Amino acid sequence: MSQNIPAGLYYAESHEWIKVDGNIGTVGITDHAQHELSDVVFVELPKIGATVAAKAPVAVVESVKAASDIYSPVSGEITEVNDVLSTDPAQVNTDPHGNGWIFKIKLSNVEELKSLKDAAGYAALLKG
Amino acid sequence: MSTTDPASLKRTALAETHVRYGGRMVEFGGWWMPVQYTGILDEHTTVRTAAGLFDICHMGEFVVKGPQAGAWLNSLLTNDIDKLGDSQGQYSIMLNEQGGVIDDLILYRIAADEYYVIVNASMIEEDFKWASSKLPASGVTLTNLSDVTAGLALQGPKSEAILKAFVPGITPPARNTITAFTWNGVSGRVARTGYTGEDGFEFFFPAVDAEKVWDGLLALGKAFGLKPTGLGARDTLRLEACLPLNGNDLSPKRTPLEAGLGFFVSLTKAANFPGKDVLQKQKADGVKEKLAAFKLTGKGAPPRSHYVLYGDGQKIGEISSGSQSPTLGTGIGMGYVTAAWAEPGKAIEIEVRGTRIPAVTVKKPFYKRAA
Repeated sequence: MSQNIPAGLYYAESHEWIKVDGNIGTVGITDHAQHELSDVVFVELPKIGATVAAKAPVAVVESVKAASDIYSPVSGEITEVNDVLSTDPAQVNTDPHGNGWIFKIKLSNVEELKSLKDAAGYAALLKG
Repeated sequence: MSTTDPASLKRTALAETHVRYGGRMVEFGGWWMPVQYTGILDEHTTVRTAAGLFDICHMGEFVVKGPQAGAWLNSLLTNDIDKLGDSQGQYSIMLNEQGGVIDDLILYRIAADEYYVIVNASMIEEDFKWASSKLPASGVTLTNLSDVTAGLALQGPKSEAILKAFVPGITPPARNTITAFTWNGVSGRVARTGYTGEDGFEFFFPAVDAEKVWDGLLALGKAFGLKPTGLGARDTLRLEACLPLNGNDLSPKRTPLEAGLGFFVSLTKAANFPGKDVLQKQKADGVKEKLAAFKLTGKGAPPRSHYVLYGDGQKIGEISSGSQSPTLGTGIGMGYVTAAWAEPGKAIEIEVRGTRIPAVTVKKPFYKRAA
């Protein structure tokens, strides 16, 4: 099955992506993750202003069958959340790398990005 | 995603067929089964508006024969078997001596001395062992045909049209009855029953023919909108219809009176069945906890099994089954609560990850098809 893995993003092994602009990162789940989760029916967004550590659970994405934790790929402070998902959680399925973004985070340590994968590295992970 | 090694799981005759149809395979009650093909929401809607085809080969089939077959079943199960004529079926429950549920099942009277019993997949061995332990010295034989019997459930408003096209000349069985069918050299039985809240049929026939019938039904049914449907949609469909799932909503520690299944328990029939005295006492004393249905009053996370329910700030019970309702577009569930809270219209709360979200108890079921 073909997976959409855009270049230019960083990827976590727990299947989140982060797109970095300056010291602000936008985070969502990958196309592979949304496909595995299937129909997303609820997203529990993080709290704006919360300080989070890399790899800490910060949001929850719920499909019909199960609730799945979403982990922050980096440490920092939550600056914005995608409120559209409160009324239209299916955006996570239809546009996981675009309108389905989940939160924005102000990075406290940009060096952490080095521990994430690029598109090629994530593609290799999925091939396993 | 399940981490169970698929090689250790039981497979129906259709396991490889599901993979061919794009089914996503998961562990369910020890079986390797398709949870979905296109997606749970799409498959749910397909069954509510057209028709879906479910693999129910994993379910168990027992045959009970002999001059004492009916009398024996009446002393084993809660419902009154004397209500049945030939080809008629009924929902019934097998209890332990404490009145707790071992399994819920459907039995059909094929003839006065022959009954066909359909039991839950995960309970086949336990049911057979329990029933065997209750057999009289003579007059009844109990046979487990589960391994050699295929089951397919055709469910949805287009089911009758599909059946008529599939088996030309058949007189579709009436609700809760069973009849013989022959298709393309395959002979079996078809009953008008199901687990979705829709009209539909369940086919039982030799397991060696499973793939042939599955392929044949889907090929013919395509023009009617028929699609393969998985266990994920089966669960949301049955929950909207408030049909209990053994292991979630039924357990050896809950009686059918607590589960709201009193209609299927005859406390007045002459035959004694395990747990009858316990239920008579429970009925006289009043049921203290009942299986209530509830839905969220606003936006919120879907209810899940084991989430705790609150009323007036106090714990009143926990969820036995919960999900997003594709039909209602909101979270729904069932759970055992203290009896006063089981009445419809009670404002309750569900604890989800440390936060309490508002819900209201409702009359069962959540969904009832138009007559």
